[in-house]
Amino acid sequence: MTTRYFGAPITRNEDQKLLSGRALFIDDVELPGMLHAALVRSPHAHARIRGIDTSAAIQRDGVIAIYTARDLGDYWQPGPLLVPPPPIKDSVFNERTQVPLAKDKVRHAGEPVAIVIARNRYIAEDAAGEVIVDYEPLPAVVDLERALQPGSVLVHDDLGLNVSAQVRQAKGHYASIVGKAARVIRRRFKYDRGTSSPIETRGVVAQWDAKADRMTIWDTTQAPVFLRNGLAAMLGLSERQVRVIAPFIGGGFGPKIMLFYPEEVLVPWIARKLGTPVKWIEDRSEHFFATTHERGQLHDAEIAFDRDGKILGVKDVFLHDTGAYDPYGLTVPINSQCTLLGPYVVPHYDSTFTAVFTNLPTVTPYRGAGRQHGVFVMERLLDIGARELGIDRAEIRRRNYIPPDAFPYKNEIIYQDFEPLEYDSGNYVPILDQALTLIDYERFIKDEQPRLRARGRHVGIGVVSYVEGTGIGPYEGAKVQVQSSGKVSVATGIGTQGQGHYTAFAQIVADQVGVNVRDVEVITGDTDQFYWGAGTFASRGAVVAGNAINDASKIVRTKILATAARHFECAEADLELANGRVHVTGIPDRFIRLGDLANLANPMRGAVQPGTEPGLEATSYFGPPIGATASGVHAMIVEVDPETFMLTVQKYVVVHDCGTVINPLILAGQIHGGVAQGIGNAFYEQLVFDNDGQLQNATLADYLLPTSMDVPRMTLGHTVTPSPLNPLGVKGAGEAGAIPVGPLFAQAIEDALRLPDRGVELNEIPLSPNRLWELTGERS
Amino acid sequence: MKPAPFKYFAAESIDAALQLKAEYGEDAKFLAGGQSLMPAMAFRLALPEVLIDINPIAALAYVTTTVTTTRIGALTRYRSLERHAEIARSQPLMTAALPHIAHVQIRNRTTIGGNLAHADPASEMPAVMLALDARMQVRSQAGQRVVAAQAFFAGTLSTALLPTEMLIEVEVPIASARTGVAFLELARRPGDFAMMGVAVTVQIDEDDRCIAARMAYCNAGDVPLLAIKAAQSLIGERVSDARMRDAGVLAQTEIRPLGNVHATPAYQRHLAGVLTRRALAIACERARAGEHA
Repeated sequence: MTTRYFGAPITRNEDQKLLSGRALFIDDVELPGMLHAALVRSPHAHARIRGIDTSAAIQRDGVIAIYTARDLGDYWQPGPLLVPPPPIKDSVFNERTQVPLAKDKVRHAGEPVAIVIARNRYIAEDAAGEVIVDYEPLPAVVDLERALQPGSVLVHDDLGLNVSAQVRQAKGHYASIVGKAARVIRRRFKYDRGTSSPIETRGVVAQWDAKADRMTIWDTTQAPVFLRNGLAAMLGLSERQVRVIAPFIGGGFGPKIMLFYPEEVLVPWIARKLGTPVKWIEDRSEHFFATTHERGQLHDAEIAFDRDGKILGVKDVFLHDTGAYDPYGLTVPINSQCTLLGPYVVPHYDSTFTAVFTNLPTVTPYRGAGRQHGVFVMERLLDIGARELGIDRAEIRRRNYIPPDAFPYKNEIIYQDFEPLEYDSGNYVPILDQALTLIDYERFIKDEQPRLRARGRHVGIGVVSYVEGTGIGPYEGAKVQVQSSGKVSVATGIGTQGQGHYTAFAQIVADQVGVNVRDVEVITGDTDQFYWGAGTFASRGAVVAGNAINDASKIVRTKILATAARHFECAEADLELANGRVHVTGIPDRFIRLGDLANLANPMRGAVQPGTEPGLEATSYFGPPIGATASGVHAMIVEVDPETFMLTVQKYVVVHDCGTVINPLILAGQIHGGVAQGIGNAFYEQLVFDNDGQLQNATLADYLLPTSMDVPRMTLGHTVTPSPLNPLGVKGAGEAGAIPVGPLFAQAIEDALRLPDRGVELNEIPLSPNRLWELTGERS
Repeated sequence: MKPAPFKYFAAESIDAALQLKAEYGEDAKFLAGGQSLMPAMAFRLALPEVLIDINPIAALAYVTTTVTTTRIGALTRYRSLERHAEIARSQPLMTAALPHIAHVQIRNRTTIGGNLAHADPASEMPAVMLALDARMQVRSQAGQRVVAAQAFFAGTLSTALLPTEMLIEVEVPIASARTGVAFLELARRPGDFAMMGVAVTVQIDEDDRCIAARMAYCNAGDVPLLAIKAAQSLIGERVSDARMRDAGVLAQTEIRPLGNVHATPAYQRHLAGVLTRRALAIACERARAGEHA
């Protein structure tokens, strides 16, 4: 096989369609007679529902139906627990999942209590405003520490406390070494995140075909196969009666894996009941409440160093805000717990977290999925350690890296995939060295920074490391098929939300099957096209689906050559497969096109040899034993206005190792987008809730996404340490850009303003000009 | 995010618009650029029963200048003002402020009349009008009257306009010689509402003494605010760094910032001090150089 496309920076197959407005997004789905839904949502974060009066609203012209929890009958059920807790000894988990419509009590602002179906969305919203809900407002619990105090308001009354989960994991024996440490550093860290804010909000369209007995659901989901299976069960249908289509999706970032959102449970049920297609498109206001967030953690952490700055151990106790419900189990806090260890040798680790119910929207994974929080704690502890021990910030990281000969490296504690945390491969020093070279670290510190400081400028540098567990199981599959047209199709069960699957997957197929990459048609997110799969999340598409596609492509290649050998009556070894045709070696004129071969493999007449399968197609599955661990270093130079605390990022460097690279252009895009979201998290975005659980900035005017003006140009570098766990040697890259930006901002801003000299540390994220002004004590 | 039902009329002339406004009064809103009104309606924060679309009235978009005054029609779009050579010459403070107002796409639609009549205290142009001592020409079927900028802005989203009136023209005096201007603001992102903004005009004599000064602030209270004592403190004095810093400190006591999710009142006051000092320095430099901007 020649590698003509694999590894090449080719432009994306899907872009022409996307950029010319011809891609199907969910709101493009228009069906005859289609009705529109709007939700009645709670204005209170916590309230008892005493009654719901729909009598005025139903009278409005154009209103077809209004449903409350009681109208759903037996269909009203709490959602399933998506990820059960991993088998960790003595862990506590209290399952409380969301319901389609609140029945007796609402537990966060925006929780739906009724759904209105009308001729159009305008009328539906008019009527939703006329549904009268008699609420008895209750005090809300928002603060994590207060939620755990005795006598706190309870989010779930029957539970008796607000504990969603409690998990302790340890390796080694921290208590036994802390006394031997040359230096122990203890700090409190606060790390908050926000809402993923995809450019396309969520949506569901459902159509029941009574004659075919089939339900078709278009849904902005990252996990179409699970959605089909779950909805089939809820609706009392078999899986083959339900088709889920996840069309082009404008960004997923994690919250679109969440199953089952109330709207995706309600809309298909109503479409079947009314016998009419129904559409619901989440508007931007709803998105702030109706789509899951990722929010805050509060860490009390300590690190023990020896005299040389080597880590002896880390102890961490943290609280995690899980919101009103916990359908995603322990995934986010477990990621925080595991990823904190980073690329470092930490011989002793003792980590306990408590996940806390609050009267706020539910928390589920969002790009990074808790890794940010852990990385922030570890990187800040290292910065403080470096300062107190008089070691350079880059050097203290270098001294603690896991050495390249220590892989596979066992971290012992249990990861989100239920397996003991183990890094398959890695080589961290070259990543750091490349980043330091690209940011010109030595020269900046020795020459440029002193020179600029002498001129009154406030410039600082930061450098941080991280690892990212990627490409976890269970499995994905793919069907590769040569079409009569000569094009090659590849279908997988994962959904696509902008990752470049139409190109990266095509590159894998094109090289194996000997066709132009533009002639490979990738089909994702249609359960009628591929039956099995899990979904697009945890930076796993390229790793898991990619390797399944690679395997299926190889089988198709052998079928192509076998069929051509029969056709030419020659040995397979005498054939060459390239440019969409097979020819006899040395005789380019004796060729057959792949499309014609595909027809030969599916004859209308004639004897077929026993054991032969029709067509040129193959289906393969791939499931890695454990995830592949990617790693990287980010470095940044920032200038701060010491009076206003406005920032200018002067240089931003990312050096990244995600194993073998399929397409450097797509990889660069993933990193650029991730860093942009990381910058948002570090300095712009914050969900500002008041003590009553009301969001104070639920618009994109006040919830600040970084724009092209706020995201700097980046210098990217790569090292390649292939994963031994899959034949392609790839690791995931989807979340890498977003993970370490918080500690990088904290470190570089501290350096720019020489805050440690003034006894000020930045141990919280997000930061802002106002917050920096407060923290630095400049207020007069 | 769909607006509640409303009636829509397209007005082809000022008279037609005033006729409709006389008929519907407070129930009606003029639709100009729609950059504030339409989002407010989509959020159902604004629930007008009637929209009177004045976009067809081409005669309301113009800029004319005399020796003393710039006259700007209410329907003139910000993007055209931003690129207008006559505005750059006669009203450099407006030219300095315009790029800070939201984004190009929004300025392509936004009209000066709509923006001023919306009276958002965080908006830039009301403060600029205050700094320039502009006058508003307002008309109803009963006739036309003039309202000074300082009297025009009555409160958050509230003006001196009667329910039957329409803002039709803005009259901006042209500054005397040796006047320098500056507009500075700090926003979280380019194009956002400012956490604090200041519009400054300063006139100085040959001895570097201040003859006249006006400093107006956006997002500093429920209306755009002038720092009168701070300006007074400069008159007759040499404009030294210390004077400018002191003026900033005085201005901090004159504004009444309300705070928001991005900036507490204390931080807003702090920024007002910093921005006043910086803007005065720029304006004085320009006044000395004899340039307008």
